[in-house]
Amino acid sequence: MMELVFGDQYSKWQVDTCKVPAACGLSGIISRDGKVLGGNVIIESMRVIHDRGNGLGGGFAGYGIYPEHRDHYALHIMFEGAEGRSACEGMLESELEIEAAEEINTRSVPAIQEAPELRRYFAVPRREKLARESIEPDDFMVRLVMSINTTVPGTFVFSSGKNMGVFKAVGFAEDVGEFFRLEEYNGYTWIGHGRFPTNTPGWWGGAHPFNILDWSVVHNGEISSYGINKRYLEMFGYECTLLTDTEVMAYLFDLLVRKHRLPLEVACSVLAAPFWKDIDSEADPERKALEQALRMTYSSALVNGPFAVIVGYSRGMVGLNDRIKLRPLVAAYKDDYLYVSSEESAIRQICPRPDRVWAPKAGQPVIGELKGDV
Amino acid sequence: MSKAATGREEELKSVTVDATGVYYRELNHRVRELVDEGYREIILDGVNGQRYIGDGLVDDVTIIINGVAGNDLGAFMDGPTVIVNDNAQDGVANTMNSGKIVVRGHAGDVLGYGMRGGKVFVTGDVGYRVGIHMKSYKEQVPVIVAGGRAGDFFGEYMAGGVMVLLGLGEEPPLTGDYLGTGMHGGNIFLRGPVFEDQLGKEVRQFPLDEEDRCFLEGLLEEFAADAGMDLSGVKTDEFSKLSPFSHRPYGNMYCY
Amino acid sequence: MAGSMVTSEFLVEVDHQRCRRCKRCILNCGFGVFDFQNMTTADSSKCVACHRCVVFCPEEAITITRNPLAFKEHPSWEVDRRKAIWKQAQSSGMILTGMGNDLPWLNVFDHLLIDACQVTNPSIDPLREPMELKTFLGRKPDRLEVSADNGGFRLQTEVGNNVELAVPIMFSGMSYGSVSLNVHKSLAIAAEKLGTVMNTGEGGLHPELTPYTDHIIVQCASGRFGVHSDYLNAGVAVEIKIGQGAKPGIGGHLPGEKIGREVSGTRMIPVGTDALSPAPHHDIYSIEDLRQLIYALKEATGYKPVSVKIATVHNVAAIASGIARAGADIIYLDGFRGGTGASPAVIRDHVGIPVEIAIAVVDKQLRSEGIRNLVSIIAAGGIRSSADVAKAIALGADAVGVGTAALIALGCRLCQKCYTGNCSWGIATQRPELTDRLDPDWGAERLVNLINAWSLELKEVLGALGVNAVESLRGNRERLRALGLDSTTMDILDVKPAGR
Repeated sequence: MMELVFGDQYSKWQVDTCKVPAACGLSGIISRDGKVLGGNVIIESMRVIHDRGNGLGGGFAGYGIYPEHRDHYALHIMFEGAEGRSACEGMLESELEIEAAEEINTRSVPAIQEAPELRRYFAVPRREKLARESIEPDDFMVRLVMSINTTVPGTFVFSSGKNMGVFKAVGFAEDVGEFFRLEEYNGYTWIGHGRFPTNTPGWWGGAHPFNILDWSVVHNGEISSYGINKRYLEMFGYECTLLTDTEVMAYLFDLLVRKHRLPLEVACSVLAAPFWKDIDSEADPERKALEQALRMTYSSALVNGPFAVIVGYSRGMVGLNDRIKLRPLVAAYKDDYLYVSSEESAIRQICPRPDRVWAPKAGQPVIGELKGDV
Repeated sequence: MSKAATGREEELKSVTVDATGVYYRELNHRVRELVDEGYREIILDGVNGQRYIGDGLVDDVTIIINGVAGNDLGAFMDGPTVIVNDNAQDGVANTMNSGKIVVRGHAGDVLGYGMRGGKVFVTGDVGYRVGIHMKSYKEQVPVIVAGGRAGDFFGEYMAGGVMVLLGLGEEPPLTGDYLGTGMHGGNIFLRGPVFEDQLGKEVRQFPLDEEDRCFLEGLLEEFAADAGMDLSGVKTDEFSKLSPFSHRPYGNMYCY
Repeated sequence: MAGSMVTSEFLVEVDHQRCRRCKRCILNCGFGVFDFQNMTTADSSKCVACHRCVVFCPEEAITITRNPLAFKEHPSWEVDRRKAIWKQAQSSGMILTGMGNDLPWLNVFDHLLIDACQVTNPSIDPLREPMELKTFLGRKPDRLEVSADNGGFRLQTEVGNNVELAVPIMFSGMSYGSVSLNVHKSLAIAAEKLGTVMNTGEGGLHPELTPYTDHIIVQCASGRFGVHSDYLNAGVAVEIKIGQGAKPGIGGHLPGEKIGREVSGTRMIPVGTDALSPAPHHDIYSIEDLRQLIYALKEATGYKPVSVKIATVHNVAAIASGIARAGADIIYLDGFRGGTGASPAVIRDHVGIPVEIAIAVVDKQLRSEGIRNLVSIIAAGGIRSSADVAKAIALGADAVGVGTAALIALGCRLCQKCYTGNCSWGIATQRPELTDRLDPDWGAERLVNLINAWSLELKEVLGALGVNAVESLRGNRERLRALGLDSTTMDILDVKPAGR
């Protein structure tokens, strides 16, 4: 088994357990026209559902925030010490062509303490490295991120997509947003998360969103099927070592949509599969064959237990809850905006009079995608 | 893949298939299609090692193979006639139920494993472990005749049926060791004498009776016709007959 | 000189005050213990403690006790060892036995604990909310191609034949010959009612089972008994039996006494001959030969799923990987506790490894090679309860096979004398007066009851785990903890100790 190293406290804890149960509050917004919104909007939404978190983790992901570097992977990395940083930067320099590297701007907020060093890198894989292994750039980046996160002490890549970024910390969501000066970023999609872990190493990397490439997941609930989802993903080279079940969501989306090229809606019906009674009584034989094949082929990717998730990706945002709706999810739209949240109040806070508000059915995804390019 | 059928459709709907370089799965699928289309003679040209020809076929059809037939020729076959105008590899007639396979050449190891009916005629040599666990039931009596020699374990566990080894132009011993080991049914006939030290411990030599001679005569005529050989000289030769002396060879092996 | 030095294992006593001389005990005992001369007498030396007489005595006049005869105790010369030596010194034979391994080896199942939800995720009530046990056995694609058209989605990948089970529990292969036709009928009727499958074992398929062939897997073993084209095409899948948990590496031997007219017809061998199954398939001496037979069977059956049954031996993970790559759709792992109608005790009791370990290493090996989707894993050989089912699935099995448990449901007392053909319960016998005792409808009802009861329990376990489909338990070792296992074994099982 791969040893995960992130400071002494972390390593010791890792020996004893595998994941942290957590419950939470979620909110997300997308402008399908690609209009940009300041990060303060999502902070305001999250502030209303403060009580769903307990101050042990908060975070956001914004899409469209780095238009000037849109063709570069934006790596957000946290360092707990100089040794890790130098090892990590050595790896980055040997593997990537780095266009820019800088500190992530923060402001001092009393509630946010013991911040690690936070830096970002805009980079692409070195061409000769890709050519030598004839590997796709996305796969190259996944492998590099997994490698850094599992081998470099005190170092964690927490965001790795293009023209997007994850910001997260130990604290309440609104404090985390203020700390990261989110109001200074403009994005067409924002998702936010306030965390209520029941056991925690007090680790910044453990906050949501979880990210790989442009997939970002905020999650409420605990995945009872975690053990098999993890082992299934391991067959495809994903290392689940982040002490939380949420990462399997991000990797499952990456596997099913990016690598297996399943349509997003179909991928959602793998994660929250229809019941056999419904498949068996499906009148359309083609649809029945598809649903049966999906459950047979992807049985180990069924995400079981209570969950509501909002998943951000470059083209859009999807909200999904489990197949017997053990976690809340509310959706609304107004004009070209789609909102998804744990509570209606979080939507009403930033959109007082939506055109329509509804509670998505169990296992039915709510998908908002950009109408054109941004 | 298939060429035109012959003009004798009323008598025998025949078709020739060029099997050169065709993967077995495709070839056998094509054979099944042709059988379903009503062809009763299917000639496969350019065969070289394709497996499972005739596998599981149950129809009254003749398959003529020009080339080396691959492993498991006629496995689970139940009815067809297969003629190989060259050698055949291992596993001919594996668990075959009925039908006939004629190999005008040599055949490999484990021929007729678990075979319970039909006939296999091989003009040349056969390999090791031929006729393992052949068994008969009621009117189903499997028969293997080979014109040449055989390897060790000829007729191992044999539970029924008949095996004949002619050793044409050969001097005894015609088989290797462990001849008929574990045999508990059926008969083996070999041209010429058999040496005691070749025999499995469950089998003994018995003299041929009139019924045996009559049976052999008919069988060798059929073999000669199918093989295109003149066996008139063989008829007068002496044969050895091997049979098990118990249907329960292992009754005293256990205590409770 | 005494006839035998081996003293009776049990003592049979008839209470003559209560006995009303109805002679039911004489009729019921398959082993000829009882006789009647003025009063009922019993020959204890023949008693196997199968309880048939006790159950059917209307006056409860019969008691069977363990023979209290004192032996000088010796820790390494247990009484059974001494008895074995006396028997062998007398007969020069191998000690033959029946049913599963009865030595007190560590049972891994009994050292595994199942998780449950408390607060952080909810348990689910299986009595009122959906709980799915449906399982498909066979090869699945690694991924599916799905295209979008007109707002709908279209499947572009062909999924091969699979065997659909309503419950992840099937009946293990037990041949007609080793067990009676009424046992086969009971299993077949129950399999149909339960939506699962039974397995013919290697003795062929009796024509009376034809109505149930949608719920039958047919077996092709080394003896090729009753194997022909119709047979292979009759079932939903074909199983190549390489080995059996109770006797890895050795062949079978159904004694001629059990080959009566009906068994002879099904096996297609003459009445009264021994049915010998060679130790290996003589067309399989290597892994590529297995591939050859797998595809011979697929060609003969229009590509039905092929299962390969092996006994779990030391190198089982690598063997299973080879089987998966050889084209099998299902790997059936039969652990060293698996039952048998007859096996030399030395093999049954000392050869092989537990199925729990085998599931763990096979599942892990197939995952490490990225080929887990190629095959389904069935675990059998020592599945005694729904808890064992749940643990086997959590370790990585797709489904389990039960043989001994099914026979116990039909009345088997585990006397381990199947090879005698005297089974008083009409199970492991071909004597018509004994086989008549097992009514197939009664037997099927008991089997249905048992599996339904286990299914309910399995659903309760899933509900407690907070999942509502069995696939969320499958391979989910995170939901198991070990108690009292050494660290190497836990490492092999990939299960943490309780408390972590």
